[in-house]
Amino acid sequence: MAGAVFDVQNVRYCYDRVVALDGAMLKVAPGLRLALLGANGSGKSTLLRLLDGIYFAESGTVRFEGEALTEARFEEDAFAFDFRRRVAMLFQNPDVQLFNPSVFDEVAFGPLQLRWSAGEIRSRVEAILEQLHIAHLKDRPPHRLSGGEKKRVAIASVLILDPQVLLLDEPTATLDPESQSQIIEIIAGWKDSGRTVITATHDLDVLEEIADRCVVFQAGRVVAEATPPAILADEELLRRTGLLHCHGHRHASGEIHSHPHRHWNHET
Amino acid sequence: MARRGFLDGSIHGFLEALEHALESEEVAKRRGLLQSLDPRAKLLGILGLVIAATTSRRLTVIGAVFLLACILTIASRVPLRTLLVRTWLGTLAFTGLIALPAVFCTPGLARWHLPLVGWPVTVTGIRTAAYLISRVETAATLSVLLVLSTPWTHVLKALRVLRVPAVLVVVLGMTYRYILLLIGTAREIFESRRSRTVGRLDPGQRRRMAISAAGVLLSKTMYLSGEVYLAMQSRGFRGDAYLLDEFRMGARDWMWLVLLTGASAGAVWAGRR
Repeated sequence: MAGAVFDVQNVRYCYDRVVALDGAMLKVAPGLRLALLGANGSGKSTLLRLLDGIYFAESGTVRFEGEALTEARFEEDAFAFDFRRRVAMLFQNPDVQLFNPSVFDEVAFGPLQLRWSAGEIRSRVEAILEQLHIAHLKDRPPHRLSGGEKKRVAIASVLILDPQVLLLDEPTATLDPESQSQIIEIIAGWKDSGRTVITATHDLDVLEEIADRCVVFQAGRVVAEATPPAILADEELLRRTGLLHCHGHRHASGEIHSHPHRHWNHET
Repeated sequence: MARRGFLDGSIHGFLEALEHALESEEVAKRRGLLQSLDPRAKLLGILGLVIAATTSRRLTVIGAVFLLACILTIASRVPLRTLLVRTWLGTLAFTGLIALPAVFCTPGLARWHLPLVGWPVTVTGIRTAAYLISRVETAATLSVLLVLSTPWTHVLKALRVLRVPAVLVVVLGMTYRYILLLIGTAREIFESRRSRTVGRLDPGQRRRMAISAAGVLLSKTMYLSGEVYLAMQSRGFRGDAYLLDEFRMGARDWMWLVLLTGASAGAVWAGRR
């Protein structure tokens, strides 16, 4: 794949003695909406952190537009500022991402670090808060926000930099159904924006809305890569990688039973 | 009121801390005199009054500044009861304990003697204690008034006008943000323990519970701080803190700043011996 945004080659990463990624390989084309699928602990979040340049591979390489992402490279201001301007990550836990005492400060944090002018920051903060319908939360402290509001503020805090690449770690985790659909709507709205969007998730219900392509992780390795319909059709793969679940449910015929299943178009 | 058990008492304490924070935020949002002023004008004006109260050598002047603080409290729709409970009683008890020995130990003309022990109560001693208590009460009232009438984030940012380093303001802001989060976590730890506890805990169990909760919180804090640092790095943080305020000093803010600093200067002048 020529001109890949990210090129991950044979990457290994461990937390102490626990292997999170072991020989991971991946190439991401510009403008692609990619979903990283896998059960908890399969290595999705670790890969996102490697792509965001906050973790660094023990072995193997992670390249962004041909440049290897290494600690030494991030020591250079010019490279670090350019990378942070173009690549942004949404963390799974919004309490980690919202570390400022008010929504305004939170959204302004990134541009302040990148030394934007005060006037530009003020106007951009106002605009992004309006765009995400959270202008009324501007002076609120994070502990006075609901889960859905926190997520929107976190999205605003990364979108304000207008990044070309968005890395989303479980963007709908722990949200109520209404907040989930609002966040999915925002992500789905980026379809024709030209942005590269990489989403780590195990929520198969929203896959076709947020991704054009999927890779499936298991035990730190990529075990499959295909389009969302192809992945969703492969029940054996989903079962093997822990992405299907069992629970009792009723069919139109009135029959109640339990088997591993998905929640879209299922008739059996 | 029935005596609370250890777990209930702890949970109540956490809830009370959160309620205080929420109450302060509600008061800061009210449409009152101080709430309508630029935080920097407020900070400088109140700081001037604190200096005047603490340097004055006349009780009448300290009393006048205290009265002005009470007028500002009412004009800012801050409940006097909140000040009484949160500030005046606590300050009186704490400062009173410190000032009490001065009543008996300060040399001077003894007006009375304590029954039974016969310790002399001197006029100089009473005056010394009165100075200490009135200065502390006035300064505490003004400080709490500033905090109650201003969102914490604005108080911190206003400190920049006093040349407080940006990094300190940022660290204080993050501390406030995460203290509330950790109080919530501590409450959940104790609630979870209470849901699995039958009967009362003996002192040894209480100690173990408190130590284990402290350990869990410390471990969570360490994890959280690592994650927050990564989130900061991810958005371009490279070790330097920057701040942006939205404050605008209008004519009304300048007028009140002049009035408050004028009153402070007048009190300093009148308070000379």
